[in-house]
Amino acid sequence: MEHPLTKNIHPDRPPLNLPEYEQTGGYAAVRTAVKNMTPQEVQLRVKDSNLKGRGGAGFNTGMKWSFVPMGPDAPKTKYLIANADEMEPGTFKDRLLLEGNPHQLIEGMIVAAYAIQANISYIFLRWAYKKAAELIRKSIAEAYAKGYLGKNILGSGFCLDMYLHTGVGRYMCGEETALLNALEGKRATPRAKPPFPQISGLFGKPTIVNNVETFCCVPHIVNNGAEWFKSLSHSEDGGTKIYGVSGKVNRPGAWELPMGITMRELLEEYAGGMKNGFRLKGILPGGASTDFLTAQHLDIKMDFTSVAAAGSRLGTGTMIVMDDATCPVGFVHNLQHFFAQESCGWCTPCREGLPWVEKILLSLEKGQGREEDMQLLQMHTQLLGPGNTFCALAPGAMEPLQSALKYFRDDFEHHITEKGCPYNSIR
Amino acid sequence: MTIYIDNKPYEVPAGKNLLETCLSLGIDLPYFCWHPALGSVGACRQCAVKLYKDKEDTHGRIVMSCMEGAKDGLLLSVADAGAKAFRKQIIEWLMTNHPHDCPVCDEGGSCHLQDMTVMTGHDYRRFQYKKRTHINQYLGPFIHHEMNRCIQCYRCVRYYRDYAGGDDLNVFAAHHHVYFGREKDGILESPFSGNLAEVCPTGVFTDKTLKEHYTRKWDLTMAPSVCPHCSLGCNIVAGERYGKLRCIGNRYNGEVNGYFLCDKGRFGYEFVNSENRLVKPIIRNRTVEAADETQLVSHLGPLLSHSHSLIGIGSPRASVESNFALMQLVGKENFYQGVNNDEAYLNQRVANIMQYGALHTPSLKEIGLADAVLVLGEDIWNTAPMMALAVRQAVMKTAAADALQHTSLPAWHDMAVRELVQDGKGFLASCTVIPSPLDEISSCTHYAAPDDLARMGFAIAHYIEPSLPPVPGLDNALAEKAKIIAKALQQAKCPVVISGTSAYNEALIKAAFNISLALDKGEKKAMLSYVLPECNSLGLAMMQAPSLETAIGRVQREKDTTLIILEHDIYRSLPPSTADAFLSHCKNSIVLDSLHNRTTQKAQVLIPAATFAEADGTLVNNEGRAQRFYQVFMPANNYIKESWRWLWKMKALRTASGNGHPLHPDELLAQLETALPQFEGISRVSPPHDFRIHGEPIPREPHRYSGRTAMLANIAVSEPKPLQDGDSPLSYTMEGYQGMPPSSMIPFFWAPGWNSIQSVNKYQQETGGPLRGGDPGLRLFEHKNGSPPAFFKDTPEAFTALPKKWLLLPRFHIFGSGELSVYSASVQELSPEPYILMSKHDADQLGAANGSVITLKEGGKEYSFPLKIEEALSDGIVLVPAGLQGMVAFSWGTWALLSTQKNLV
Amino acid sequence: MILSDTETKAIDHEIALVPYKKAAVIEALKIVQQHHGWVSDEAVEAIAGYLDMSPAAVDSVATFYNLIFRKPVGRHVILLCDSISCYVMGYTKLYEGLQQHLKIKFGETTPDGRFTLLPNACLGCCDHAPALIIDEELYKDVTAERLKEILATYK
Repeated sequence: MEHPLTKNIHPDRPPLNLPEYEQTGGYAAVRTAVKNMTPQEVQLRVKDSNLKGRGGAGFNTGMKWSFVPMGPDAPKTKYLIANADEMEPGTFKDRLLLEGNPHQLIEGMIVAAYAIQANISYIFLRWAYKKAAELIRKSIAEAYAKGYLGKNILGSGFCLDMYLHTGVGRYMCGEETALLNALEGKRATPRAKPPFPQISGLFGKPTIVNNVETFCCVPHIVNNGAEWFKSLSHSEDGGTKIYGVSGKVNRPGAWELPMGITMRELLEEYAGGMKNGFRLKGILPGGASTDFLTAQHLDIKMDFTSVAAAGSRLGTGTMIVMDDATCPVGFVHNLQHFFAQESCGWCTPCREGLPWVEKILLSLEKGQGREEDMQLLQMHTQLLGPGNTFCALAPGAMEPLQSALKYFRDDFEHHITEKGCPYNSIR
Repeated sequence: MTIYIDNKPYEVPAGKNLLETCLSLGIDLPYFCWHPALGSVGACRQCAVKLYKDKEDTHGRIVMSCMEGAKDGLLLSVADAGAKAFRKQIIEWLMTNHPHDCPVCDEGGSCHLQDMTVMTGHDYRRFQYKKRTHINQYLGPFIHHEMNRCIQCYRCVRYYRDYAGGDDLNVFAAHHHVYFGREKDGILESPFSGNLAEVCPTGVFTDKTLKEHYTRKWDLTMAPSVCPHCSLGCNIVAGERYGKLRCIGNRYNGEVNGYFLCDKGRFGYEFVNSENRLVKPIIRNRTVEAADETQLVSHLGPLLSHSHSLIGIGSPRASVESNFALMQLVGKENFYQGVNNDEAYLNQRVANIMQYGALHTPSLKEIGLADAVLVLGEDIWNTAPMMALAVRQAVMKTAAADALQHTSLPAWHDMAVRELVQDGKGFLASCTVIPSPLDEISSCTHYAAPDDLARMGFAIAHYIEPSLPPVPGLDNALAEKAKIIAKALQQAKCPVVISGTSAYNEALIKAAFNISLALDKGEKKAMLSYVLPECNSLGLAMMQAPSLETAIGRVQREKDTTLIILEHDIYRSLPPSTADAFLSHCKNSIVLDSLHNRTTQKAQVLIPAATFAEADGTLVNNEGRAQRFYQVFMPANNYIKESWRWLWKMKALRTASGNGHPLHPDELLAQLETALPQFEGISRVSPPHDFRIHGEPIPREPHRYSGRTAMLANIAVSEPKPLQDGDSPLSYTMEGYQGMPPSSMIPFFWAPGWNSIQSVNKYQQETGGPLRGGDPGLRLFEHKNGSPPAFFKDTPEAFTALPKKWLLLPRFHIFGSGELSVYSASVQELSPEPYILMSKHDADQLGAANGSVITLKEGGKEYSFPLKIEEALSDGIVLVPAGLQGMVAFSWGTWALLSTQKNLV
Repeated sequence: MILSDTETKAIDHEIALVPYKKAAVIEALKIVQQHHGWVSDEAVEAIAGYLDMSPAAVDSVATFYNLIFRKPVGRHVILLCDSISCYVMGYTKLYEGLQQHLKIKFGETTPDGRFTLLPNACLGCCDHAPALIIDEELYKDVTAERLKEILATYK
């Protein structure tokens, strides 16, 4: 099995510095791209590789890039941004790449910037990743010193500046357009789309924002080709994926695996199955804002299409496992508490609906729930959908709730009829 | 294009979003964050409708109508059950934290949230947890803050920051704790803050002055009126109850003020309720000075007989009717303007330019649509605030239009447009004596003495039209600036040049004219606008009467003159000694005014005049637009009458004529048109007094008005006869025509289900557009094609400071310089104390610093002021605030002695 | 309050990277907080003056972000993850432990000014839950028993 993203990452060794990275073939893709390929050729190779955005949206990356205006009439200033604001609860895959091999990300960003002819790039890194910030600063300096960043990269005429920006909190910064507002020194509220960032992004200029993992795939696609990337996968979506598992499993962790392995493989082989004394009750396959799946779904492939067909989303590919001793109501309440507090406050349904949902779940946990509460929860899952709200935060919040009501309805009802949490005694 | 709403086809214009389109068609949709002047942001999610892919699509998807553009063939549903349920749910969500304040909330009865709640049908509360609450802030004397009522529509910050340019109101925190206010308690800095009361759809921001004497909207007697505080003539609605004027609200006029007012106009109304009102005729030097009408008439009879020579002093703040009635009483050759020589001369220059019609005089709306603006020598922020607001819109909208040129983004997509515009701005050159808040959005600024500003203006005209003589001795830096301005104006399609009279400098007026005339070539529509001092300065100037000083000369020569002064405190125009002498030289002096002042103190006969709120009349604004204001309520007693009514009585007395039939303003205006043809058209400004709709008058009171017959029950139990208004088609009851009146006669905005000011939508041809039937007011001069007038050739010399004297100029303050507005405690609170403004260099020369007491000797008297240093002020000039209450009138534009000691030589 | 030379130098560096001064406001807030531990009203005014912004505009941004502290904090800030994986793996035990040791709840500071305790959303090390951050140090697989020794290293 190939592990292009993580083959040079060893948790007990510091990440590769630039000369070490070059020795493993690092920055060869930059050389290939800027000296031997046109920007359009790079875009096409990435598009053909079926690389899907690893931030959760799953949109074909090369196609996303193709909407950036190119050519002599395009705006002179264009931006490329790595979304390293990983704050989706249960998600920890980008940390692995950022702390493990920052040069890989930088290389991917340089190639991508070349593909869209952007000359300014940012890594938007969440505040909490202190170690990664240090490493990234160091690596960017090394890249400038070696001429991979700055003016006239490798004599190609292509110029690129790269800056690290660290955040100051707020989950919303992980939303593409809210991230742009944060970079502009504003409150991180989202923007309406259209217009899309490719047309009007950072400071109104064409901008591409991609996830860290997405960029890390890019050098390998350039080096080895689209077909190679597709061949790594078990499904239509190209390449490998960093999958993760957290919860009461024997070996929580993150692994780079072919795109499209099954949930069972991930859970049982790699994560070692449930800890002794605990059984699987539910899984959020891709982070907090995905729908629950249950044991009946263990054999589905973890790719964007298959997970969607099963009624959930691949999202970030980091699974959160809910065991049978954890109360689903408490579990979902914790999630809704997170979403309600992270609402930016711009649109009514999210700002007012999520706290209401949180309060209902808390009252259920406290044994003060009423029958009407089920109806109210249901109403929220129906009305806080995409298009009804301004951005995807609230619809994401409703995914675990609606699936919990579907699969664990009894648990909710018991809270009402028994006027308390039936799991309290178990804990 | 055709769109289908609930399966019905509609022809709709392009470029609008679906919310605007539906509202313009009269289809009710609830909304909060959208505002016709602010565009769409899609935050509140209230205006949801269903959109269908095609005829086969039965499910549809919910979209926000304010964020969807109308497209040909579009299929949408407003009545869809899913969309309705969603809209209803939005209200329920907003209500989860909304306090049950309605009975004690000022907004109740004119509340957009109430209206939208009823519209969506939400009526049952399922939320059973605690509400979030906020701490309120002190925001100054105008606006009251009650944050618990906030529904987070973000309109306040978008209006205050984006539209009005204010920077001290903002949104704080996140999620359901978002807070709208200042970063700490304090007076809101923008002079347009009052509009928050109408922009806010709930009772978060309300009119604090109304709270002093609170009345529900439905309980007010209202009439369409015109603001009397400056020359722009913004349209207002004034409301009365129990004999007190309660509040001023915006009266939409698409050409003039649009949706907004300045704070002086909104809050400066308390003079109507002042204890200082003249309420009974006064004849001095009698045991009992107060007189009744019989006594007054018998006293006036001999004074008005033909054996006396009568001299009438007209007023720039009195109506055209009153001024004309005075002219008819005393005779044209005996009618003078109540303004000093300089002001009269400048106003005349402006009136001549406008009447000639060589250039187009823009409305405020047209100024807002200009793509390049030059402000030459006029501090419009203070002398014509709503014009400054319009100039700001011109700057912002031009930038937006530029940014949108190569995109398919619609102009109503507010946030996206702003993102594309970034810091972009349309061209504004602000060339003034001292810095102005408009400088922040100016591409080019220059501060200099008025003559030097005028020279710059002449230079700009020369660069546009090289056949005009260049300005000799202009330094290079200045010449470069002038070239930049000239180029920007030339490249614009609809440039505006703005100047005015407040700098007391004629050269500025001429320079502005030259620039506009030079620009006016071919397709270009060059526009020229002048700011004048008072609400009827132009109307008075059009009567072409001589100035006060001429009248003074006359009474010095003639004996036995009887002076009649109309609504003017001459001590605001003349130095005290001159005014004293003037009055003492007259044998008799008669003053008609509404408030006691220095003039009334000296006059022998005082006649109580009705204020604008108690009178009908017409004013001519700086655009040359004649606008009618209507009586809101009958004066407190029979002695207080419109000046024109008193003057007509006096004329009847004098000529022993008059057939005793009641006079109404229409007759006066008809006579005016005959006597002074330059006023042609003024009688058509509004329908005549006998206009009725299906035989019915237009009610001043909403149909829910309460207590009309019980109000006076403490005096007399029997129901009083409703007051009769013979002067206009308006009635003093709730009865009358319940439909839409002609646009000039709208006493208040209301429609079924729309109790708040948002009901304006129903009165417009389309949202944000003109009122149905056209915006009120009639322009008296239109652009005439003909042989163009000559350019002015007299470029002034460069300003040179004198060794021991300083040029004394006025500095106008939006709060403080007005005669009437300062009677409002709120306005008074924001008025400055007197001071004198000087350059740093000059202060150093005098050995003075900020706060030092400076003695000013002017007109033979000495005055002391604390010094304020203004670095940008030209050496050799000092500025003193103009028109502060109790201050004397200085001879602006003359040279004064200054010292740090008293008793100047 | 006047910004120190170090602060203004650092802010100038950020201003140079953006098209408008006001775009550097978040950086300025971070820089001031690095030096003073929190951002006071006076600091907001100082930043506003330096970036040609109004204090309201600066505070509008500052109050949006939970990691800009607009109230004084202790010498050490404890950020305890309260998100889903740490919830499943028992963060409540850690919270109880911290309350026991420090006698403060979320949002409070110990009377001696040593610790401020705050919740924080997912710290991104869910495979080593429960986790917490003190100042800049990440602690993984924390047990209630280990709390005492961890806290002891902070004066």
